[in-house]
Amino acid sequence: MKNFIVAPAPHAHSGDSVRKNMLWVILALLPAYVVSVIEFGWGALITAAISVCACVLTEWCISRFLLKEQKQTIGDLSAVLTGLLLAFNLPSSLDWWIVLIGAIVAIGVGKMSFGGLGQNPFNPALVGRVFLLISFPAQMTTWPLAKGFETSYLDAETGATPLYFLKHIVKSGDSSVIDQLPALRDAFLGVMGGSLGEICALALIAGGLLLICLRVITWHIPVSIIATVALFAAVTGWVGALPEGMETGQYVAYELLSGGLMLGAFFMATDYVTSPMTAWGKIIFGIGIGFIMMVIRTWGAYPEGMSFAILIMNACVPLLNKFRPQRFGEKKK
Amino acid sequence: MKTFKIGGVHPQDNKSFSAHQPIQECPLPKQAIIPLVQHIGAPTQAVVEVGAKVKVGELLAKAGGFVSANICSPVSGTVTKIGDWKDAWGAPGQAIFIDVEGDDWLPEIDRTPDLKQQCTLEPKAIIDKIAAAGIVGLGGACFPTHVKLLPPPGKKADVLIVNGVECEPYLTCDHQLMLEHGEEIIIGIGILKKALGVERAIIGIENNKKDAIEHMSKLAQSQLGIEVLPLKLKYPQGGEKQLIDACIGRQVPSGALPIEVGAVVDNVATIFAVYEAVQKNKPLISRVITVTGKNVAKPGNYLVRFGTPIEEVIALAGGVPADTGKIIGGGPMMGRAMDHIEEMPANKRLSGLLFLPQAESIRPEEDNCIRCGKCVQACPMGLEPYLLQRLSELEMWEECEKHDIMDCIDCGCCVYTCPAHRRLLDGIRPGKAKVGGILRERAAAKAAEKK
Repeated sequence: MKNFIVAPAPHAHSGDSVRKNMLWVILALLPAYVVSVIEFGWGALITAAISVCACVLTEWCISRFLLKEQKQTIGDLSAVLTGLLLAFNLPSSLDWWIVLIGAIVAIGVGKMSFGGLGQNPFNPALVGRVFLLISFPAQMTTWPLAKGFETSYLDAETGATPLYFLKHIVKSGDSSVIDQLPALRDAFLGVMGGSLGEICALALIAGGLLLICLRVITWHIPVSIIATVALFAAVTGWVGALPEGMETGQYVAYELLSGGLMLGAFFMATDYVTSPMTAWGKIIFGIGIGFIMMVIRTWGAYPEGMSFAILIMNACVPLLNKFRPQRFGEKKK
Repeated sequence: MKTFKIGGVHPQDNKSFSAHQPIQECPLPKQAIIPLVQHIGAPTQAVVEVGAKVKVGELLAKAGGFVSANICSPVSGTVTKIGDWKDAWGAPGQAIFIDVEGDDWLPEIDRTPDLKQQCTLEPKAIIDKIAAAGIVGLGGACFPTHVKLLPPPGKKADVLIVNGVECEPYLTCDHQLMLEHGEEIIIGIGILKKALGVERAIIGIENNKKDAIEHMSKLAQSQLGIEVLPLKLKYPQGGEKQLIDACIGRQVPSGALPIEVGAVVDNVATIFAVYEAVQKNKPLISRVITVTGKNVAKPGNYLVRFGTPIEEVIALAGGVPADTGKIIGGGPMMGRAMDHIEEMPANKRLSGLLFLPQAESIRPEEDNCIRCGKCVQACPMGLEPYLLQRLSELEMWEECEKHDIMDCIDCGCCVYTCPAHRRLLDGIRPGKAKVGGILRERAAAKAAEKK
């Protein structure tokens, strides 16, 4: 009697894997990275290289030497993605050893200390970034001006980002700095200052839409973040909080195109591990992020609120997972 | 184009191997093995004894209760043994063994190929004939058909939904049956409409079978109250709850049967068997099965008498391919992988034999859950598979029940989708069994209390 392989159904699989999804996200980030290299030069290349290599190496070392695991996980490319996203959130001219520390903290504390991929409650790249922001506030708020590929890596000319000016405009009603803002078209295309990966809204939106079409991510989080931010900004304008010279529509556009909004909405908040599992959970997650971010941007001490907003909402995910999907046959709620 | 609303996946349909292969009749075996359970419900009781001479169509075992089905002899010959037998999955049971002699049929069975259009029987007589013929659902679940036609008091059907979907990849027997015996199926639909007292029948066919849609539409044109509905390709559209949602937009509530929303669903092969039973007095003694796979020499659709050892059917298809890892009874999504093929007969439950190469038979290694939520998106019942698996693992039965584990239809969409290759159903199935047992105990305790 010949015996055959017996295993429970189903006997077919979509072919999807963790690695495939990570690879698509990395590919979707490449257009933004190319713009970044064009705008920031060597700094973009070096920072990203250090971040990615340090993240992968940290995961491998912890897994092999500390945890003495049999199976290595770096093949699933999640460390590579974390490295890339961390770099995207940093000033491109950041000292190399600070980038290194950020990467080790992101992977070591933000991911491996919880048990590796799937177990961490907070977005690892953001854990690294916020750690650096608190530990090295001066270096982390020194933004190189985008001078094209000639931008010096080590002693770049620095200046305030559009978000800094926006906050100044709204908080103190000072309209004199409005002409310091880049033209909206430049903001869309990425000809402006900011962190390594956040400047080119066009590339980020394109990459994000690609991921949605490929069903790597769903529309719920990006759309709810963007809609909430737009609404908040619009209301700010309608209640007359904007000074002369700044129209409501203009302000909404600036809030959407500046800072880490597009990067956060499509690539950071949508991180599988740290975002909700259900549709309504995701929508409320996105609304929360958009709201907290705008509160920080408008009234908080920092010009950028994306990182904090996402981390705060990450903490709420177990609660948000209770918003269960509609069951088949259930009457509409 | 219509389809069901929640979840679903799109596996490769892989139907090209056996599609459009004309139905080929398998020769009679030398020995027939007839298991006493080929349906959902109470086991049958043998009514023949060892040594008895039986004719084709004769009753071998009668239904063991209301939810049960007769088993009629698919061959003529002498009963040599009635006893213990194990199926291809090692499950023990009882079977009747018959040494086949000739091919003598009961005289009342009409073996002519002429189409008999008219049915003058009353609904009760129709249902009795279906019950006598031992007809069960041939879509895979094998629920006794006559039970479906007798709704409980207070419930009435208003539509008959005909399942021509065949959503499992690889399988093509229903497709071929519609192409070759469409007229009989249409007559069978008319008979069932009469038995149920409904005016309306909808034949659901997925749009990867355009010729079947065209053929059945043409045949249905001459009949009042039968329409063909092309459906957008999506698994598991053939699941009766999903099919009802797709065809008439009604969702059967949790724990209820389709009759709750006024629908009765029957597979096209079942309806063909109804035609044969009611119009030709021929009980359910054979069915078409698809033998298929990438390396099968002669994949196709084979008409097989029950009791025929599957080794003989496989021989017709060119034998077990060299590189075979798994042999699956049914389709790749819900079929069960067989341990061996010896002493395993074709029976009402077997809709196909799928041979998967070695490379496709090994499950990739399982990773940690990456919390992507794709299983939640894929589940056609709106459940949270990642959670149900974890709760089952932790034996938190109350939580399982609260998260509606009993709604799981075992379709495999979650496992199919999971990028981490998590064994979601391996955890959920035992959880369902356990919670089902708890619910039954609770109901029994309540009933005892009432007394």
